[in-house]
This record gives sequence, C-alpha cells and structure tokens, in this order.
Amino acid sequence: MTAVAIQPTDMPGAGAADTWNLRRVLQISVIAGVVAIYLCLVGIVPVFAERPLIVDVLELGQAALLITFGAASYLAGMDQVKASWLRAVVVGAIVGAITGAFLTGLVLLGEAIDLRSVFLNASPTLYALLTDGIVLTGPIVPIVAGAITGALAAVILGLPSAIRVPLVIGLSSLLFFGLFAGLLRTPMLVTPLRDVARFMFGSEGLTAAGAAIVFVVSVGTTAIVRRTKPRQRVNALPPRQRRLVVGPLGLLVLALVLLFPLAMGPFFAQVIALVAIFVLLGMGLNITLGLAGLLDLGFVAFFAVGAYTVALLTSTAEYGLANWGFWEAVPFAVLFAMLFGLILGLPILRIRGDYLAIATLGFGEIIRILAGSDLMKPILGGPRGILNIPKPLDVPPTHWLSGPVQIYYIALAFAAVVAFIAWRLRSSRLGRSWMAIREDEDVAEGMGVNLVQTKLLAYMLGGAFAGLAGAISAGLVGSIFASSIQLQLSINVAAIVIVGGMGSIPGVVVGALILVGLPELFREFSDYRLLFYGIALMVIMILRPEGLLPSRVTRRELHTSRELADVPDSELVTDEERREASLP
Amino acid sequence: MTQPVLSVVDVNTFYGSIHALRGISLEVHQGEVVALIGGNGAGKSTTLNSISGLVRPRTGQIMLDGEDLATYQAHQIMAKGIVQVPEGRRIFARLTVTENLKMGAFVVKDKALVLQRIESAFDRFPRLKQREHQVAGTLSGGEQQMLAIGRALMSDPKVLLLDEPSMGLAPVLVDQIFETIGQLHEQGTTILLVEQNARKALEIADRGYVIETGTIVLAERAADLRDNEMVQKAYLGID
Repeated sequence: MTAVAIQPTDMPGAGAADTWNLRRVLQISVIAGVVAIYLCLVGIVPVFAERPLIVDVLELGQAALLITFGAASYLAGMDQVKASWLRAVVVGAIVGAITGAFLTGLVLLGEAIDLRSVFLNASPTLYALLTDGIVLTGPIVPIVAGAITGALAAVILGLPSAIRVPLVIGLSSLLFFGLFAGLLRTPMLVTPLRDVARFMFGSEGLTAAGAAIVFVVSVGTTAIVRRTKPRQRVNALPPRQRRLVVGPLGLLVLALVLLFPLAMGPFFAQVIALVAIFVLLGMGLNITLGLAGLLDLGFVAFFAVGAYTVALLTSTAEYGLANWGFWEAVPFAVLFAMLFGLILGLPILRIRGDYLAIATLGFGEIIRILAGSDLMKPILGGPRGILNIPKPLDVPPTHWLSGPVQIYYIALAFAAVVAFIAWRLRSSRLGRSWMAIREDEDVAEGMGVNLVQTKLLAYMLGGAFAGLAGAISAGLVGSIFASSIQLQLSINVAAIVIVGGMGSIPGVVVGALILVGLPELFREFSDYRLLFYGIALMVIMILRPEGLLPSRVTRRELHTSRELADVPDSELVTDEERREASLP
Repeated sequence: MTQPVLSVVDVNTFYGSIHALRGISLEVHQGEVVALIGGNGAGKSTTLNSISGLVRPRTGQIMLDGEDLATYQAHQIMAKGIVQVPEGRRIFARLTVTENLKMGAFVVKDKALVLQRIESAFDRFPRLKQREHQVAGTLSGGEQQMLAIGRALMSDPKVLLLDEPSMGLAPVLVDQIFETIGQLHEQGTTILLVEQNARKALEIADRGYVIETGTIVLAERAADLRDNEMVQKAYLGID
C-alpha cells in the first residue's frame, strides 16, 4: 500500500494539475542556475558580450543568459499552464528569479574572494556585465532580468498555439539570422543585393531594421503556412496533379542546389564540398556499420589510402611518381582502398562486437602512424606532406569553376552517384545478406550466406566509398599531410552515421550537414563550437536514439520494444513451467 | 534396407578439451521423423550443430545421400540440403516476416520459385500472412517459431533439423507446433527432432534415439521407447 501512496510525487505531471509541484520548479531552477554560471565561467558570456545578435540592441553573451532563463521557465511552466495561465506566469517568474539568483550569488562571491585564480573568466568585466542593467544596477540585476524573462516566456507558453508557434519560430529565426548575418552579408555585397545586405545585416548580427524584417517575415510565413496547410493540401490532391506541384518544386530545389555556390560564394561552396565528402564517407561506413553491423573505428585508413594514392600519382612536386591527371588517379584510389578493405577484413573476420571496434581502431592507428613515420617518409613525405595535387578541372584562376566551386559540383555529383549505388545495394540480395549478418551471424551462415565473402565485400565496398572521398578531398585541398589523417575523422564519420540514423541514406546527408556543415559555419566561436557539438550529440541521442532520419527498419525496431511489451505473458513461460505442464 | 538420407557415423566432437560427443552414430531415412531425446547437456544440440557444420567433429563421418560432408562449410552444407531451425528460434528480429522468408531461400536463385514458396509458407501459417510486413521481433513466441520453421522450409531441404521447437512456449502453442511437425511428416519432410519434451516427441516420431553424456544409449522405434521402463522413468516422468 505504501508504494501506491508514493506514486503521485514520483510521476511529474500526474499531480501537477492541482499542486504547485515545487520540487520540480526548484529542480529546473537549480539546473538552469548551474547552466547560467557555467556559461559565464567558461567565457561564453563575457567573450561574446560585444558580439551583436541585433546591432545596438542585444549581444550574444547576454542573449545566452536570457535564453537560459526563458527556456527554464518555459519548461517549468508547461506543468502549470494546464491549470492556469497566471500560475504558469508566476512559476516562470520564480524560476527565472532563482536562476538569476545563482548569478547574483556568483557576483557576490566574486566580490568577496578572488575566483580569477581558478576561473580565468571570472573577471571584473563579467561582474560589470552581470550587474549593469538598463534601469537598475547592482547585484539585483540578474534576479530581476530572470524574473522578467521567465514571466515573458511563460506568457508565450499560455498563448493559443496559433500565436505561440509563429512567435517561437520568429524568435528562433532572430537567433539564427543574428548568428549568421555576417556570413550571409559578405557574398551578398558583390551582388546587386548589396544595399539590401547593408540595410539588414551588420558585419556581425542583424541591424535593428533587419531584425524587424526577419521577425515579421518569419512570423507571417509560419502563421500563413499553419493556416493554409499547403502540405496536406498537396497530399490530398490526386496523384497526377500532385506530380504537377511536386515536380517543379523538385526542379526548383535542384536549381537552387546547383546555383548555390555561384550565389553564396566560395566559402559556402567549400563548406558544402566538405559536407559532400563526409556524405561519401558516411555512405561507406553505412554499408559496413549500418547494413552489415560491423563497427569500424579505423575508417580514416581508407580515406588516407585514397588521398595518398591520388597524391602520389598526380603530384607535380616532390614525392610525386607519375604526374597523372586527377581523373586517371581516382579509379586507382578506389581500387587501393578496396584492397585495404580486404587486408583489414581478412584478419578480423572472426572478431565480433566490441572487440571488432578495438581491432579496427588499431588498424586506423597503424595507418595513421605509418603515414607520419620515418619509415614511410621517403615515400609519403611524412609531416612535410605531398604538395601540388592538381585540381580535378584545369581552369585558369579567374574562371568561374576555379577553386572550391568545382569541388562542390564534383563532390555533389559523386555523392549522388554513390547514394544511388548504396540505395540499390541496400535492396539487393547482397544487402539482405549483410542485414542478416548484422542480425545473427550464425543463422545467416545457416541460411547459406558465405560469411567470409559477404563480410569482406562489406569492408571492401565501404572502403571504396571512403577511398573516393579521400581522393576528392586531396583534390579539394591540393595537398596531403600526415597530420590530415586523424582518429577524429573516423569518429566523426561514425557519429554522422549514428546521428543520421543507422542504415539510412538520407540520414547520412542530414548527419553530415549537421555535424560537419554547422561546425564549419560556427568557426568564429572557435573552441566553444566543440562544446556545443558534444552537447548537441548528447541531446540528439537522448531525444532521438534512432537517429534524425531513421530507415524504415530502425523505426520499426523502436516500434518493436513497445509492442513486445504487449505480448501476453502466457506465451513466455519458463522451462520449468513447461515441463510441469507436460507432466501427466 | 535403403540407403539413409542422413547418416552420422561414430562422431566425436570436442569443445576445447571437453569431449561433448563420444562416438555418436545415427541414421535418418527418407520421410522419417526421428527424435533425439536426452537431458540437459547430454549432447543433443551439439549433435545437430555437428551435422549442420556449425561445430566441427574431430573424428567420424556425417553423410548426406552417401556423400561425406567433412570438407564443407556450414553455408555449403545448407546448400546441400540440411537446414537447421536453431534453438530459441533466432529469427532476424529487425527484418520483416517476408524478408526473413527470403533469407531462408537465400540459396535459391529462381525468383519465381522463391515467391511461390513464400506463398506456400503463408498457406501453411496464415498467421504469418497477416504479419507479412511486420518486423519479426514483434511477433509472439509461437509466431516466431512458425516463422523459423517456415524460413527453414524455404530452401526445400532434404533434412530438416529441429532444435527444441517447443522451448519457451505455452502448452497450447506447444500443441500447435507439434501439429505442424505432424503435417510436415505427412507431407514427406525428413526431420531430425531434438526435444526435451520427450512425451510429445515420441508421440510424433517414427524412431527415437536416447542420448546420455554424449553417447547413444538406446535406439528403437518410438513406440517401443515409450514403453521402455528406463525411458518412462527418466524422460516421461512415469514411476
């Protein structure tokens, strides 16, 4: 009976409607307070206090704290808003105030003792920042700011969804464009749009006018889309008419993709080319890991083989062997990478699971260390590397296809071809036997699958894709050094496959965009972007363990665990019971 | 007497230094259901695994239609016509029912034939037809066993090895599975059945072997084994 009595407090939400659930309010406040202090002490708040999101209105450092207040209050208010809006607002204000109080505490503590010997960022600048309000000054500022932000967040929470959703999206758009305004402005300055760019975007952050435009446009668009529901309408159309709408849309997207580097300039082209290279790598690992279930943490080895093959065969500088063109070298890069897949695969055929991860990790490290070693230095150039790898297309530097733009197109074309191959492989007999091995190696063998051959093919084809990626990357960079071969690359590729959704081809693209593309755009935030990369990885894995765009199979699998629980217990009897049942 | 489809001659199998099978010999003839009964750890599953090639006997012969299988690997033995339904079913949990069946016909190259056999598997187990596109892991225990048997039949094996098909199933499902085995028998499938449920196994089988600590101790017609005092005492729970 006691267990029943405890239940309501154990389940947040159950008793929330008629209690204030102070425990949860306090819990969220404390977490948010710690996050706020953390943001201050790692330096995000003071370092970006001068980096505008909206010029002369809001700086990134302060915004980080305001977002913390707001998000905490929003979360805490969700329990309360069902009971009453007013109560949610009060709770929001309390949560914001408590969170702010942590910062007040930090300021007071910092005045009493010198924190700076431990926390470099606990500087007078930080304290000045935290105590300098618009109306008020002093340690009370964070509490007041927190309470106001918290209350506002809870007010938004209580609005009907027709207003709330556009509002939240509008605020998110402000954050997004505020972060990327500078990057968007630079390429626009050389186009007829230069006046628009100057009007809306500062060199960092939005202008006040730009912010207003972004906010109004995003709120308006969201509201209209929510009202008219174009997607449902299109889906409701008969197939022929639907094709008439979807077809041109697809062509439009394709045109945008093709025109993208011309409109956005070389920096974005370079970023997307890098993303496409990681898409190739991801599709390779998607075969070994996603389909065949063979965890390969030494994937960088194949990338290295592809890159060095191209370098050796094409380089016009020292160590170059043949002076070939890029395109003659690419097939050999792929071939050698496949050969290395075979060399890797043979000794580890019998290894399974965790041990496989360690063994492949070792293989990757061997290649990495070999590339930088004195032994291979006369051939591969060691840390000095191989220079002067020709660009795939030999055009003068002023030509529109020079530089990263051509790599963008080449990488994109290869990614499309490889995606097609991967997709065909997936639904082939070979693809099915890979999945059978992933599910149960012994039984797959019992079904007539040749384990040796099938596993080796998985390593070889995965390696081939990665070798191709290495070859293109060598063409993109124009050189290869021992230091470009990093364990980090293997881990990044594994993360892309897992975050995107194992075995899913669109998932690889999304994973590469998010895990490779976004960090490139966030270069201005130097080391902090790695911090957020890690946080983002954790959040994604907690919220969507199946990945962002899971394949049909994985989605079914997660569906599984829920349905399995529904299997009546009567069908899961123990041996003991069964033997008793069979007795006379 | 005609030549047996499957014959096991004086097989010794080791796990490291453990002598699991000590000179096992048995025969299965065309169309027969042969039961192999024995206690835990007697060597029943090891016998099946030795036949299907999952473990390698150290000495002795395993012959299919008179051909020695010693040089073949497990996947080749399967293609020769010996298919095992493993203990604990071990269906491919994340593949659909249809995909599981297709895997069962992995060695069958003729696509039309595969589709035809999928249809006949659905005829045999209508429950599977209803769950055609469902992931196999979501099936109930009984359905999974049906799928495992259906999958094994996809390559139209010469000999079907069934390892503990009734394990972990509720009594009503046990009856169902044995009914299925009975039907297979009537249709002429040759079956070597390993079971802890000796009563049921001997009811359905033509002949039976009793295995104890890696040795065959009794080999008789199933009906005779049912009447055997020692078998009654040890395996049928009759004092």
